Amino acid sequence: MIENTKYTNKYNFAFIDEATKKEIRRKLLKAVAIPGHQVPYSSPEMPISRGWGTGGLHITLAVIGKEDVFKIIDQGSDASVNACNLREFVNGMTGCKTTFDTAEATLIQTRHRITEEELTDKQIIVFQVPLPEPLRMVERYEYKTLQMHAEADYAKMYVSLYESYVRHGAIMQGAGYPVMVNGRYIMSPSPIPRWDTPNLNQAQTLFLFGAGREKRLYAVPPFTDVEPLEFEDVNFEIEDFSKSECYKTGYKKAFLDEIYSDEGERKFVISDSNFLDKKSEKQETHQYSNKYIDQLQEYGL
Amino acid sequence: MGYVAVKGGTEAIHNASELAEFYRVKGDTTPIDIKQIRAQMRLAIDKVMGEGGIYAPEYAAIALKQAEGDVYEAAFILRAFRTTLQRNYYSQVINTREMFVKRKISASFREIPGGQILGPTRDYTQRTLDTAKATETVIDIKTFLDGFDAKIDPEKLEGISTFGKVIDLLQQEGLLAPVDPTEDRSLVDITREAIKFPAPRSARLQMMARAETGGLMALGYSSQRGFGAVHPTVGELRYGTVPVRVKDAGGRNRYIGKIEVTENEMITGSKPAKKGTPPYFTIGYGLCFGHNETKVICMSTLDTAMRRPEMGAPANDQEFVLYHTEGVEAMGFTNHLKLPHYVTFQSSLSNTRAAVERNNKTNKEVEQQMIQMQSV
Repeated sequence: MIENTKYTNKYNFAFIDEATKKEIRRKLLKAVAIPGHQVPYSSPEMPISRGWGTGGLHITLAVIGKEDVFKIIDQGSDASVNACNLREFVNGMTGCKTTFDTAEATLIQTRHRITEEELTDKQIIVFQVPLPEPLRMVERYEYKTLQMHAEADYAKMYVSLYESYVRHGAIMQGAGYPVMVNGRYIMSPSPIPRWDTPNLNQAQTLFLFGAGREKRLYAVPPFTDVEPLEFEDVNFEIEDFSKSECYKTGYKKAFLDEIYSDEGERKFVISDSNFLDKKSEKQETHQYSNKYIDQLQEYGL
Repeated sequence: MGYVAVKGGTEAIHNASELAEFYRVKGDTTPIDIKQIRAQMRLAIDKVMGEGGIYAPEYAAIALKQAEGDVYEAAFILRAFRTTLQRNYYSQVINTREMFVKRKISASFREIPGGQILGPTRDYTQRTLDTAKATETVIDIKTFLDGFDAKIDPEKLEGISTFGKVIDLLQQEGLLAPVDPTEDRSLVDITREAIKFPAPRSARLQMMARAETGGLMALGYSSQRGFGAVHPTVGELRYGTVPVRVKDAGGRNRYIGKIEVTENEMITGSKPAKKGTPPYFTIGYGLCFGHNETKVICMSTLDTAMRRPEMGAPANDQEFVLYHTEGVEAMGFTNHLKLPHYVTFQSSLSNTRAAVERNNKTNKEVEQQMIQMQSV
């Protein structure tokens, strides 16, 4: 008897079919082999809007296994509405355990932040990338940027940073500060704040980047040089929180969100929600350290 | 299902989606039947299937119902559904000369082989609001259908035939530009690999077949109006059904069904690049699922425009046209601006504050210098 299966569509483990997951994993291997180089991939449509983390989802779903413990943050927060939706999707399609605890997670998907707690070699962090091409701000055509990368012709990029300095007295690039990876490719670290950028350098963790809408994957393997672009006499700087502190914990050595009360009073709070919880509960945390944070003596740590 | 970590945001999104569902049904009316949507929202279904990139009228109807009639959203739902399906076959090339023609017109010749067949079109009606539709009943429809049937005399019906094409006439006469041997004729599958530039024509046509009608229209119109100066003539516009075949494991062609498509071949005069080459006609091609004439007309205009990259208008620019008419991607990314960006904003806030401070400081110094100079 022919069974009527018309409306009984069952989803594959992790939603995407196996052949496509394999394709994504192959492209990821290529990305790891050429740090900072953007690899085109199929980027199948997800039931999540383009530009809302589909590239991150592709990677997560291609690499996740049944034993993985999954964490997802958006702007540092586990409770952000889009992160909640993606968490439920990944959980629903894989049955994997989910967590808020940075230390417990084996696979972390993130939008616009790296966790304050240092990640280990047992963890993978997947970045959602809106615009993978760091040269797009100086060159609008894809076929030209491709050539610029191939020839390591980054003059336009340096000129734009120089122009910014001449006009405004500083390199005005905010989040998503461009970096040089392994001395070869200029890469967009996705719109993470400059605070997080140095933590990509010589890290223990595998960093994977997925830009779904633009259909590009790239990676920073563990122990790779990642340097923010700068000049000998004009240097990269991180955001200055020396005059502010988290109103809940009094802590200063973390990326802070600026919030306003109903009365218009300005306050600051730790952006990483799990880190905030741990600090509030006086739990032990192992934070990233880098020369930029370390040299800010006035933090009085 | 494993343990799911839950925070305030989860409850908020559940409530919001429940409220959206409430808005869909709050009128407490009879649910629209999927059959009714298929039958009475034909053109919306066709748009959704075309942009969704899957020929499935019933699923398109479900998506439209689910999305409260938003065709963008419905196309997006179908695209996501499509991802869950394994690609088992590639169809054999569809031959539109085999089309069971329901409508076929040419603007370039008064008489064409098989004649002009107007078919179902609203082109020559007055678009006055038909308030009678507000009170239309089942009986009205039945009466109309019976009357319509009665007018058909089976004796007078011609046998089903296929028709030669207008471009065949031009080709036979040697008026069409010969195929450029340097053109990239490779066949790519844009659903399986990311598009690369310069894209072969196969990729360009595939992208446009799934592109958003309004986006194609804006750019096609711009080309026609003056930004790119393509002056096209509709060689032949057809709407009808075509058979689809796949090769089975034994290598035999198997008929798997038929689909409705709209096809347009647009004739444009060319500007020869080399001296001594006559100004041949070129053909811009457009094809999409279902009945969507605006789409194929604009698609074929843009097909021609993109083959002339030198003209410096948006419509002649592959990257500009193809990236920005991709409706599902464009809708997603423009709407993603609703997501929180406070970390990113904080990062530029700190830069801007510092820059404003530097500027104020410099202005103050200049002011003080002025005061000193005046006092001297």
